[in-house]
Amino acid sequence: MSTTLVETTYREAMREAMREAMQRDERVFLMGEDVGAYGGCFAVSLGLLEEFGPERIRDTPLSESAFVGAGIGAAIAGMRPIVEIMTVNFSLLALDQIINNAATLSHMSGGQVSVPVVIRMTTGAGRQLAAQHSHSLEGWYGHIPGIKLLAPATVEDARGMLWPALQDPDPVLIFEHGTLYPMPGSLAPDAAPVDISRAAVRRPGKDVTLLTYGGSLPKVMAAAEELATTGIEPEVVDLRVLRPLDDETIVGSVRRTHRAVIVDEGWRTGSLAAEITTRLVEQCFFDLDGPVQRVCSAEVPMPYAKHLEEAALPQVATIVAAARQVVSG
Amino acid sequence: MSRRRTSATGTTGTGAIAPPTQHRFELLRQMTRIRLFEERCVELYSATKIRGFLHVGIGEEAVATGVLTVLTAEDSIVSTYREHGHALVRGLSMDSVMAEMFGKVTGCSRGRGGSMHLFDVGHRFYGGNAIVGGGIPMAVGIALADRMRHQTSVTACFFGDGAYAEGEFHESANLAALWRLPLLFCCENNLYAMGTAIEHEQAETDLALRAASYGMASWSVDGMDVAAVEEATRHAVERIRAGDGPCFLELRTYRFRAHSMYDPELYRDKAEVGHWRERDPLELLTAAMRADGELDEDAFEAMTAEARAEVDRAVDTAEQAPFEPVEDLTRFVYSEAVGPGPTRAGEEGAGS
Repeated sequence: MSTTLVETTYREAMREAMREAMQRDERVFLMGEDVGAYGGCFAVSLGLLEEFGPERIRDTPLSESAFVGAGIGAAIAGMRPIVEIMTVNFSLLALDQIINNAATLSHMSGGQVSVPVVIRMTTGAGRQLAAQHSHSLEGWYGHIPGIKLLAPATVEDARGMLWPALQDPDPVLIFEHGTLYPMPGSLAPDAAPVDISRAAVRRPGKDVTLLTYGGSLPKVMAAAEELATTGIEPEVVDLRVLRPLDDETIVGSVRRTHRAVIVDEGWRTGSLAAEITTRLVEQCFFDLDGPVQRVCSAEVPMPYAKHLEEAALPQVATIVAAARQVVSG
Repeated sequence: MSRRRTSATGTTGTGAIAPPTQHRFELLRQMTRIRLFEERCVELYSATKIRGFLHVGIGEEAVATGVLTVLTAEDSIVSTYREHGHALVRGLSMDSVMAEMFGKVTGCSRGRGGSMHLFDVGHRFYGGNAIVGGGIPMAVGIALADRMRHQTSVTACFFGDGAYAEGEFHESANLAALWRLPLLFCCENNLYAMGTAIEHEQAETDLALRAASYGMASWSVDGMDVAAVEEATRHAVERIRAGDGPCFLELRTYRFRAHSMYDPELYRDKAEVGHWRERDPLELLTAAMRADGELDEDAFEAMTAEARAEVDRAVDTAEQAPFEPVEDLTRFVYSEAVGPGPTRAGEEGAGS
């Protein structure tokens, strides 16, 4: 590893990951709405068209079902497509392809068909984009066997998750929280691929485990720092992989701290937070010193007005309050 | 790009040139295999040996046979839940298809798919898809992969007139035409989307006309005349291999039997079915061969007996085959490092 770190952003790290993948493997190509001439709706693929040309950076019509399905078909036939969907809300237009095809083909064919496609999409709220561009539907996808879900929450993961995802023989969905794109960070110029099977402890602690993923991680880290000033030392676990969940890291942390707060931007009902709560109850109930707490989004379609959107989302203050309640239990 | 449309008119097909005797006999043999296989499947369903949904294509054999006889081992096929005929003509063994119907581990999908989900990657047969229209985007992707690797393969995608109402067809038609992909759209128009007649589900029932609006060469073909289907396919595939982009065939056909085994056929009258039965593709071909003095009756009888014996053997083999152990239930949800078939196995896969 080089010792000279390079200042970058989450967005640039993701772009660099795509560039490297395209350079390393000629089977890799990118397709999606406005990924080429426009440079990507969130400028993630800016400049890649000029570098790799229109055969490998493919602008598509606004036909989510067709181009996601085409990614699945191309993967089956030996390519390694990266399909970009503008937002998780738009991915609903391709649900048939993702769930009825990508997730089923291996099992339904008796193991003959592998679908090594990577589907990237923006997720989450916080940018006043209202109720059709802001939701967090990772939990829905987490219900589906046959697909794998990644949620990079750091610059390192934005840089390092794509290559192993492309090496995976199964469909991998990568959820990129929209508020993270401008997040700064530093990387080694030869930053390596990361392990996409494990959760990560982002901050060691002993009093309570704060479990989260994606766009909520910076809020949870800020909450942890605030709690630390009052003598509570939280451990922060970044789930990173939303399916299959890394039970060992999740349960291992809670066994040490005996308390858990799950911070999930999805709605509470039927959420990833609900699934994790259940796993904790099943696997370490007798290690818990009190009830598991959840900090989730209010159960409303995401509103536009800034004060309402903020009120609907997990915030540092609500995370701190939940952690205090669990610790003082 | 030139666009040509012809419409099937009358009952004598499109005036296709009669292929040589031996080839016609082979077409007859394939259609006979499908017919006898599916007739037996219906019996086996009543005997509860086959369960789930069973959709037979009795009456539609000329479509599968005429199209697939043109394709080579390097070409790919994406099909629907009414795909027994496509699978058999493509070269999947009847044993493996029948075993799949029985849910046995020796089935072409290890008994995980059943009648609606026959797969054989070695033959580039990418399924039986039971979501109407759901296989079409995937076929676009297979064609895209071939195109990006400068291969001359063609992907044939079968779907019905019902799928023509799905957005997935129209999105895919636009995308395939836009990118000029080597894709053959094979629309098996049997006039009913399950039980809804085409005039009740399509504002414009000339499907080739509408397909042509995407910039694809499109033809309507008499799907009961195997020679016409073959000729149209040959013409389309030549264009596709030459790099002219996708083509669309509306193959006008009819299923003589119910949609599935649960269908009481309340939506059509027996006279209509009877009318179409007069255009039974097997009988049309045998009549044409007889008229041309090309049908060796002894050989015909022997071939039919052999096809019947093939079905008998497939049933016996399936009866005796084991089920997959329950312990294997969760295998293949995700790929295994060493599985029964790699992503692109069987590069040498047999053609039709």
